[in-house]
Amino acid sequence: MDALDLARWQFGVITVYHFLFVPITIGMSVLVAGLQTAWVRTGKEHYLRATKFWGKLFLINFAIGVVTGIVQEFQFGMNWSDYSRFVGDIFGAPLAIEGLLAFFLESTFLGLWIFGWDKLPKKLHLATIWLASLGTILSAYFILAANSWMQHPVGYEINEARGRAELKSIGAVLTNSTTLVTFPHTITACLLTAGAVLVAVSAWHLKRRNQEDVFRPSLKLGAWVVLIAGVGVLITGDLQARVMTEQQPMKMAAAEALYDSSKPASFSIFTLGSLNGDEEVFSVRIPSLLSFMATGSPNGEVEGINNLQKEYEQAYGAGNYKPYVPVTYWSFRLMIGFGGLAMLVAAAALWFTRGGRSPRSRWLWIAGIFSIGAPLIANSFGWIFTEMGRQPWSVFGILKTSDSVSPSVGAGTVATSFIGLTLLYGVLAVIEVGLFVKYAKAGAPEIPPDTGEDAEDRPLAFAY
Amino acid sequence: MELTTVWFALITILWAGYFLLEGFDFGVGILLPFLGRDNRERRLLINTIGPVWDGNEVWLIVAGGATFAAFPEWYATLFSGFYLPLLLILAALIIRGVAFEYRGKRDGEQWKTRWDWSIFVGSLLPAILWGVAFGNIVRGVRLDEHHEYVGSFFNLLNPYSLLGGLTTLVLFTLHGAVFLALKTDGEMRQRANALASRIGIPAVAIAAAFLIWTAIAHFDGVGVALFAVAALALVGALVANRLGREGWAFIATGATLVLAVVGLFVTLFPDVMPSSLDAANSLNVDNASSTPYTLKVMTWVAVFFTPIVLLYQGWTYWVFRKRLTVEKIPV
Repeated sequence: MDALDLARWQFGVITVYHFLFVPITIGMSVLVAGLQTAWVRTGKEHYLRATKFWGKLFLINFAIGVVTGIVQEFQFGMNWSDYSRFVGDIFGAPLAIEGLLAFFLESTFLGLWIFGWDKLPKKLHLATIWLASLGTILSAYFILAANSWMQHPVGYEINEARGRAELKSIGAVLTNSTTLVTFPHTITACLLTAGAVLVAVSAWHLKRRNQEDVFRPSLKLGAWVVLIAGVGVLITGDLQARVMTEQQPMKMAAAEALYDSSKPASFSIFTLGSLNGDEEVFSVRIPSLLSFMATGSPNGEVEGINNLQKEYEQAYGAGNYKPYVPVTYWSFRLMIGFGGLAMLVAAAALWFTRGGRSPRSRWLWIAGIFSIGAPLIANSFGWIFTEMGRQPWSVFGILKTSDSVSPSVGAGTVATSFIGLTLLYGVLAVIEVGLFVKYAKAGAPEIPPDTGEDAEDRPLAFAY
Repeated sequence: MELTTVWFALITILWAGYFLLEGFDFGVGILLPFLGRDNRERRLLINTIGPVWDGNEVWLIVAGGATFAAFPEWYATLFSGFYLPLLLILAALIIRGVAFEYRGKRDGEQWKTRWDWSIFVGSLLPAILWGVAFGNIVRGVRLDEHHEYVGSFFNLLNPYSLLGGLTTLVLFTLHGAVFLALKTDGEMRQRANALASRIGIPAVAIAAAFLIWTAIAHFDGVGVALFAVAALALVGALVANRLGREGWAFIATGATLVLAVVGLFVTLFPDVMPSSLDAANSLNVDNASSTPYTLKVMTWVAVFFTPIVLLYQGWTYWVFRKRLTVEKIPV
């Protein structure tokens, strides 16, 4: 493997890993803030216990999300210096704004939330978790604006003399149509993920008839969030598919492994074919569905990979403009499939626990527990699809991935970084999952009675 | 003033802020095995920075992002050129951040000891490596005509830069000791104060050697003046510490760090990364910068939001202003 391959592998592994934690952080910050709001408004103790319980799991997850985020910012310069030189005038701005607007907000107010339980007035303390949550959501907006610019560059001009893209309109970059559909898709997916965490952990406790006062409402809350956010994911995903068809038709064609333009185009749920996708052996198809996804009309024409390849050769010169189809084809299906699976489990959870019921079947509960994996897999494949489907470009139509890598960094150096970070991340994953399981199983804490002792004299309520 | 100068100044401020803030929390991490005799004392030390270390670290992330946005060529050359030191810094910051969160989440001597070591190493490495990195930036590195770094990792480990690394190490450690004397009470307060006094003299000697070397090798009138004030502030910090005036001592070590960083950047200006191969290959505020339009946009963002950030971050320090004692740590 050369430096380019290694840098790509590193980016893939490091980023997918980072994004296992990010959606849980974003989604759970909202749910924890919601539970705390319910406690502040009603004064019911089980809301406070739920807030503390889910808050702790949220923090265990957040720790890894935040430290792996620093690598994200650094690796553009480390592994992709030619990319950074080419796009910095545009791409750097949302990253800097993300730091100034979002990361300060998130980290400062989360510190206040963690350590402020006894120090701040109730309502002010509640405001800190909402502000931290706002920080995570703002951060998603700016980083998605940066990524959307790579999918669909807008508001720029190429300066041939400087050999770079230059910003002409920050408004265009921040209101890129790609951003506007990707942001709600991502946020609803984050909420879905967090809802699934609630469902899974609650199912573990309810299977044992443990702390039902806390975990029955949590299960219901989680399941409703999964279902409602899931509908949002579907709607925004549908909008995204149409924007994608218009802006990156090759990605849509690669999602279906559609080699030749079709009208109407069917959608295959499952295909067995040769590995390069040139030949189809067997498939299960839904007629006209791809046409509908891509164009909004059951009879719309969807362009095929081979047709687009010819168009792109004329537009951009000789070269291979096809993404690696087996990856795009399967990642697209796995994203949809596992997202749907999470919704199915949530619907089942609501059905089987309706009206105070509690099913005896242990398999139902086990399905609930393992459903935690479904949105994580769906999120990962969503990003793998989005990024792999853009290849060979790093910035669609103007910069290829092969021209983005750092020219001065050798394969050995990238390999050191890739292997080192992967090992470190692996160890951290084992530790994180261990802690998450430990605290998930421990259940919600009892709230100590107020002894009337002055807060100043008591030990810290929450300390590292 | 030209916008490129404004952004050079803003990035200077971000680094100065980073050294000022994360400087003391690195110091606390480095002092953990020396001042914390048992688990409860080590918890006390960690909790002095508990609510703020993460916000402090964001200064680094924003400095990186601002460099990317305002001087993409600088960002690209610096990060690809200083690859291995930055990788070490990343690994250190990762294990350190996780250690703060996870240390208290399980009982058991071994679990806590491992995270204590993570905090120590995760604070020690960046405290040295940032000084090495800045030493190299001021000294100049091997940049070719495409602004690519063509030196090796070992070229970065030269005597001047290593002295820079030692300087940030002792200054951060001293800054941390003074901070602990300010933030704790009882026996820990006295121990931190005594330790600050002990490392004070070597810190002055090392920092003075580095600043004098810088002043001679890369003379800049304003830079030298700033270094002189920084050195005075450092001596003032030691005096205040002896007199038990912890607030003044902390302000003085903070001023030392800020003035030293500003002095280094002033010395550097208008270059941002001089080339040691050929002055024509150097990166400066003009050939490294973004377009005037991008700089203008970013200036507006900075003008609006920086004061807000300073306000709420300052408020956090106000909320957690109380001294901590070991009695406040749950058994």
